[in-house]
Amino acid sequence: MDADGSVSDESGRRRRVHGMLKLYYGLNEEGKTPEQPQSLDPCDINGPHFDPELYLNKLRRECSLSELMDHETCMVKQIRSLDSDMQTLVYENYNKFISATDTIRKMKNDFKKMEDEMDCLSANMAAITDFSASISGTLQDQHAQITKLSGVHTLLRKLQFLFELPARLNKCLELQAYAQAVSSHRRARCVLQQYSHLPSFKGIQDDCNAIMEKLAQELRQKFRDGGTSAKDLSECVELLLQLDEPAEELCDKFLSHAGSRLELDLQGLEAEIKPYPPTPADILEFIDRGCNEFVSSLCLVITSYQELFVNHAQTGEMANGKLQAFVDDLAARYFSLVERRIQEEKGVGDNSLLVRALDRFHRRLQAVAKLLPGSAVPTRGTEIVVRAATERVKQYLSALQSFYMDSLTDVRQALATPRLSVAGGGTHLGGPAAGRDAPSSLPELLSSLSASILNQIKSVLASVHLFTAKDITFSNKPYFKGEFCSQGVRENLVVNFIRFVCQSSRQFCESAGDKGGSTPPALLLLLSRLCLDFETSTISYILTLTDEQFLVQHQNPITPVTTLCGEAREAAQKLLNHYVKVQGLIISQMLRKSVETRDWVNTIEPRNVRAVMKRVVEDTTSIDVQVGLLYEEGVRKAHSSDSSKRTFSVYSSSRQQPRYAASYTPSAPMDTNLLSNIHKLFSERIDIFSSVEFNKVSVMTGIIKISLKTFLECVRLRTFGRYGLQQIQVDCHYLQMYLWRFVSDENLVHFLLDEIVGSSAHRCLDPSPMEQSVIEVICERG
Amino acid sequence: MEDDAPVIYGLEFQARALTAQTAETDAIRFLVGTQSLKFDNQIHIIDFDDENNIINKNVLLHQAGEIWHIAASPADKAVLSTCYNKTSDSRVVSCAAVWRMPSDWDSGNHESPDDSAHNPQTLELLCHLDDSAHRNAACVLWEPMGDGKRVISLADNHALLWDLQESSTQATVSSTATLEGKGQLKFTSGKWSPHHNCSQLATANDTTIRGWDLRTMSQIYCIENAHGQLVRDLDFNPNRQYYLASCGDDCKVKFWDVRNVQEPVKTLEEHSHWVWSVRYNHSHDQLVLTASSDSRLILSNMVSISSEPFGHLVDDEELSEGEDNHQEDKSKEPLKDSVVSTYEEHEDSVYAAEWSSADPWLFASLSYDGRLVINRVPRALKYRILL
Repeated sequence: MDADGSVSDESGRRRRVHGMLKLYYGLNEEGKTPEQPQSLDPCDINGPHFDPELYLNKLRRECSLSELMDHETCMVKQIRSLDSDMQTLVYENYNKFISATDTIRKMKNDFKKMEDEMDCLSANMAAITDFSASISGTLQDQHAQITKLSGVHTLLRKLQFLFELPARLNKCLELQAYAQAVSSHRRARCVLQQYSHLPSFKGIQDDCNAIMEKLAQELRQKFRDGGTSAKDLSECVELLLQLDEPAEELCDKFLSHAGSRLELDLQGLEAEIKPYPPTPADILEFIDRGCNEFVSSLCLVITSYQELFVNHAQTGEMANGKLQAFVDDLAARYFSLVERRIQEEKGVGDNSLLVRALDRFHRRLQAVAKLLPGSAVPTRGTEIVVRAATERVKQYLSALQSFYMDSLTDVRQALATPRLSVAGGGTHLGGPAAGRDAPSSLPELLSSLSASILNQIKSVLASVHLFTAKDITFSNKPYFKGEFCSQGVRENLVVNFIRFVCQSSRQFCESAGDKGGSTPPALLLLLSRLCLDFETSTISYILTLTDEQFLVQHQNPITPVTTLCGEAREAAQKLLNHYVKVQGLIISQMLRKSVETRDWVNTIEPRNVRAVMKRVVEDTTSIDVQVGLLYEEGVRKAHSSDSSKRTFSVYSSSRQQPRYAASYTPSAPMDTNLLSNIHKLFSERIDIFSSVEFNKVSVMTGIIKISLKTFLECVRLRTFGRYGLQQIQVDCHYLQMYLWRFVSDENLVHFLLDEIVGSSAHRCLDPSPMEQSVIEVICERG
Repeated sequence: MEDDAPVIYGLEFQARALTAQTAETDAIRFLVGTQSLKFDNQIHIIDFDDENNIINKNVLLHQAGEIWHIAASPADKAVLSTCYNKTSDSRVVSCAAVWRMPSDWDSGNHESPDDSAHNPQTLELLCHLDDSAHRNAACVLWEPMGDGKRVISLADNHALLWDLQESSTQATVSSTATLEGKGQLKFTSGKWSPHHNCSQLATANDTTIRGWDLRTMSQIYCIENAHGQLVRDLDFNPNRQYYLASCGDDCKVKFWDVRNVQEPVKTLEEHSHWVWSVRYNHSHDQLVLTASSDSRLILSNMVSISSEPFGHLVDDEELSEGEDNHQEDKSKEPLKDSVVSTYEEHEDSVYAAEWSSADPWLFASLSYDGRLVINRVPRALKYRILL
């Protein structure tokens, strides 16, 4: 530790001493004069301008005695250490100087010896130079001779090559080493050409030409024969080109040759379509085969052709043109085959196969596009894909349509098979009537129908969606991004289908004729509800779904949701109106027949309500149940909460009776119509076959209106006897008892029944009405 | 404007039968037959004074029974035919007869207007159009523009062609046509075509319209299911020989070209209940009048299927061809088929409507409650057609 400390102390001290010396000599660490002069203070003991006098004076002035004493001691100590430092330095330097002097002296001796040796060397070199000059002088002649001889030798070898050429070529020909032959010939050709005026060379040239001709012939033969691999073929062509065959002809030949092979591929493909093989390969296999065989060999042909012909500057233009025409021609045939095959894809089951096939088709054509940048082939390929997609959408539309029609047929059948399960009872007439022809499953049928339609649409959308999947190469074409989504799918598929549904529904109203026979009324009702549901929710749901799935950009004018909803509502309205009309007519028909076929003049006293009236009420009730299954109740005008009895008694006693009294007093014929006219004056005009609202009450009101009006008109065409009138009274009372509950405004039923009784009273030969109480008893009895 | 207002006349009885007095071309005159089972039925002769907008009525008694159909002779103003129901021994029988109005019905009225209501004169029976085999006449048709000597009556399923002789006092059946088929077929209505030399007849039974050739009494065309329900009435286009209008219980009015009976040429669906009557205007066949039991009368302007499809008036000579008169005034834009107006003056079912034979712009309609309303074609339309 001590040693270390002393060493470091020692070195530190040394350094300081060096520093001080340096300072003294005006050098800084780098050996340059310091950039800024040291302090000019003459009192700085270390500064260069130190003035001892001033310093002493200053000290004496400033310091006390003791301080001076201290200072002095310190000074003495410093001086002493400086002295010892100086001594050490001087000693060190002295030693070094001594050794340097020794070295210099030794060097002086060595150089002297070396000088002598150098002189000797230069003398020797001069002697060598002399010798060498003399030798080269003697060898000059011989060298020139050798050069000449070697020249002759080369020439002779060349000549030998020429003379041997025909034989060599022949041998090559025998060995079928065409490439070697051609390269040999090429080497000799210029020379032969140059010296062809010499007979001997001429001979050789002729021989060679003859051989080469033969060779070319053979090559051509080989070229023509085909069967060789593409590589051989291209080699062949290369050689022929080197033999100055006309490029155009070669192009043609090459292409025709390649064409014939591609032709075979095409024929193979065609064979798959044409005879409808028993197990036709699916379209993916077909396209695969097309791609692997035709398209890949086409690509190969294009590549080798381009290497051979197009890349040569002089023939490039022409050759390219030929190639384009060639490719276009073949591609056109290929496309027509593909299109024919695609057209055979009629089944709409699995779209993914078709999409994958189209994708592969399209993808492989990209290779052609890369090879032939200007070609129309990829565009046409895309067109085919687009056409196939459009066609597909059409097929889906028709599939949807036929699906819809099929489901309707199913529904029809379901409606036709009577169900034993009775609809929810709760009607006043009880079970048998309610359950008879109102299939309990109407709501089920409706929901299953709409659900299956929706599902079908969804699955079709999913299938069509494959066309725009990310991993499909053609999905990013502008057509598939824009028009296909908005026009193809949204308009042509979805919107058209919805339109179709509405239209076919409307057709039910028209084609069914007015007999109402062909379409079961329940179907009309069901469809009407379906269309209404379409209007309220389904359409917007489907369209939103479509828009979301296909990201439809609304660039083209598209059918707005509201228009479609309007159409659906219109269809629903029309169907419901037609339903009312058909049901009304069925009941009307019963009433009409019952009025027309009876001899009302000579009828017996009424004991019962006629069966037809019961039937009318039963049917009305079952219609009510049927409609109730699909439509809401709707609002009625407030009426007495009491049973029908009271209302009827009010109706009959307060209105009917006085009217009869007035009507049949012989003295006052004018009074006959007065009351009824006054009544009509204040009551609203009744439109019989008018539009109904989408609720049960309105529908029932419509049906009952039609029925009763028919009853009225029929009654007016008949003449009644006393009992005929009474029968009508009984019947009307019965109807009154049961029908009021179905309609929105019971006054309507009152009014119409009133008219019927009134009219029959007018048409009565012996108008003596039945007692109200008797009527009631008969009706109560049922 | 004032005289465009309808004129209303009320009968005491209910009524269904209305006709214009066909032979009368000066006065606007309609005949109405009443229906009453209690009282003597009447025929009201309604004269309309166009100048003063006044109705003059005369009443003749028709004691035979309630009148279901009435038709006036085209040749003799005083002669008319009725179909009526006679009740005897609690049996109702439908009959048809030809009547002559008393010659002085008019003058008598002028002398003692007050008496006319109480002591009306009675019709003079000329002849019955029934025989024992054929009863239940539904309607009687006079030969259009004929000399009043030939009538057709439709009774049950027979069409009878009668010759009236000795001033119509003798009627003999000259030929008959019978509708055959299963069920009880019954003619409901018919119309004698004014074309083809009056040799054709159209009849309606149930939903079918049939055409007959009167020379051979054989069927020449048949429109099955012309209407969904009963066909109520027919009318021939007076200017286009193949055109026929029909109406029925399906609330529709259909226009047919009898050369192609598969589809109607045009269908109107304006009424909200059965349509009971359809009438072409005698001169301007684009004007079609329909009456319905929805208590409405509708005047339609069927330009597209009229003989004047371009709203241009043609002379009678040119009308023989009926169509394709292209010398029309091009400056007029073609009119569209439309409902001209709906008349709601009636409170009850309107069973009959007729154009006046004297004034082509005037028509009458009759509702069951006995209200007769006389209306005019709106002036704007009238001038549009005329000018």
